Amino acid sequence: MSSVLYDVPGPKARRVSVIGSVVGSLLILGLLAWIISTLAQQGIFEGRRWAIFTRADVWTLLGNGIGATLSAAAVAAVIAFPLGLMLCLLRISDLAAIRIPTRIVLEFLRGMPVVLMMLFVLLVFGTNQFIAVVAGLVLYNSAVFAEIIRAGIQSLPKGQREAGLTVGLTSFQSRMIIELPQAIRRMMPSLVAQLVVLLKDTSLGYIVAYGELLRAVQVMADFLGTQYLFPIFFVAAAIYIAINLCVSRIAVWIERRGSKKAAGGVAKAEPAVEEAAATKP
Amino acid sequence: MDAVIESLPLYWNGFLRTLFLSAVSGVIALLLGTLLAAARVSPVAALRGFSMTYVEILRNTPLTIAFFFAAIVLPRIGVKFEQFEVAAIIALSAYTAAFIAEAVRSGVNSVPVGQAEAARSIGMKFSQVLSLIILPQALRTVIPPLINILIALVKNSSVAGAFFVLELFGYGRQLANANGDQVMAVLLGVAFFYLLITVPLGILASTVERKVAIAR
Repeated sequence: MSSVLYDVPGPKARRVSVIGSVVGSLLILGLLAWIISTLAQQGIFEGRRWAIFTRADVWTLLGNGIGATLSAAAVAAVIAFPLGLMLCLLRISDLAAIRIPTRIVLEFLRGMPVVLMMLFVLLVFGTNQFIAVVAGLVLYNSAVFAEIIRAGIQSLPKGQREAGLTVGLTSFQSRMIIELPQAIRRMMPSLVAQLVVLLKDTSLGYIVAYGELLRAVQVMADFLGTQYLFPIFFVAAAIYIAINLCVSRIAVWIERRGSKKAAGGVAKAEPAVEEAAATKP
Repeated sequence: MDAVIESLPLYWNGFLRTLFLSAVSGVIALLLGTLLAAARVSPVAALRGFSMTYVEILRNTPLTIAFFFAAIVLPRIGVKFEQFEVAAIIALSAYTAAFIAEAVRSGVNSVPVGQAEAARSIGMKFSQVLSLIILPQALRTVIPPLINILIALVKNSSVAGAFFVLELFGYGRQLANANGDQVMAVLLGVAFFYLLITVPLGILASTVERKVAIAR
């Protein structure tokens, strides 16, 4: 924390703080104990419910789910990034005839729920679920990538472009050679954060019946019996959180590494962009 | 097109449901998120730890998982809902609160240290410093990101449609199934109603942002 909102605590304040910590911890522990005892009454901690995780086919199904989740995310990211780059260039074009339609398209894509786009592609084009999920993710995330990179370009000092134009580069060359590399580098933390969002969004595939991790949970619970729902769900949620935490850590790491360097390194993303990027499911 | 015009009352119902879900969850999330942010900067270590754990876990959980938990797992462990809408509101507000907490915290960090120092030097307690001096300024600077979070909330409420809540997306899916020949028109109709909420909010966010930028 950069700002200190309270004085260095004296003996009395420390005592109050310790008491507060103990009471707070007790409250949280009490809540947890209540949840666990409720769960235990339902027999959720019986060994036989967790014994399913010794079965190979359960792990095969979970593994398939993870594979489906990661492959949809990977394919979508690989397509969405160059597309976002292109949309960004169109969005900041000098020609209003290109700039304005692109802006409308971007506003449209950013303003719609991703799951609606997935359903749209699935039903209107009659594709399979994988393509629908990837298309939904690509449409939404390329628009977000475009906006993030645009924010990066606009955060550059004006002189960068002016200098480029002065030495005789065309507008396009200046964008490609001078501005984009800096903008992408500056916005790296936001771009990686958006990857977390993209990864989380694959779980929307559940709604269009794509066989990702959550769908695998549902299928297994239907197949093995609902008494196994909680253990399987718990494991799946833990897997999701673990994967996403890893990617988030990478974003934090890039940010730290960038901020150690002086100018030209990774700038703090504008909070608005960061938040917009980070709030999707 | 006929299907869209015939079902306008359904669309309208769904639109109102979406607005209702978003508004209720938004208010709860704003309150909860501000509390979490306050806990995050408080001198009590347990509160800081709790807030941090909450935010880290919820931010890295897909919304669908949160919904699945609220709508399917919670009832199985004894928390029964009269309506699925309650589950949807729990999932949406718990999820959104984590993002609001992060935004408000970044706002708190953006308030100059001198403000807190001045407040402390005239003898204010931590709770007074936070509620009277820091939060009002912090919230003002983070209004644009907060609006963006609320836009995301509106879009996220579409997930409720998949969990038995009949809002815009839920009706859209029903209509699309019922009118196999006009799927495109039906879904574009749904999109239109979402844009009716999200685009004005987006314009509002960028206007406020420009204003704040000038004020600095």
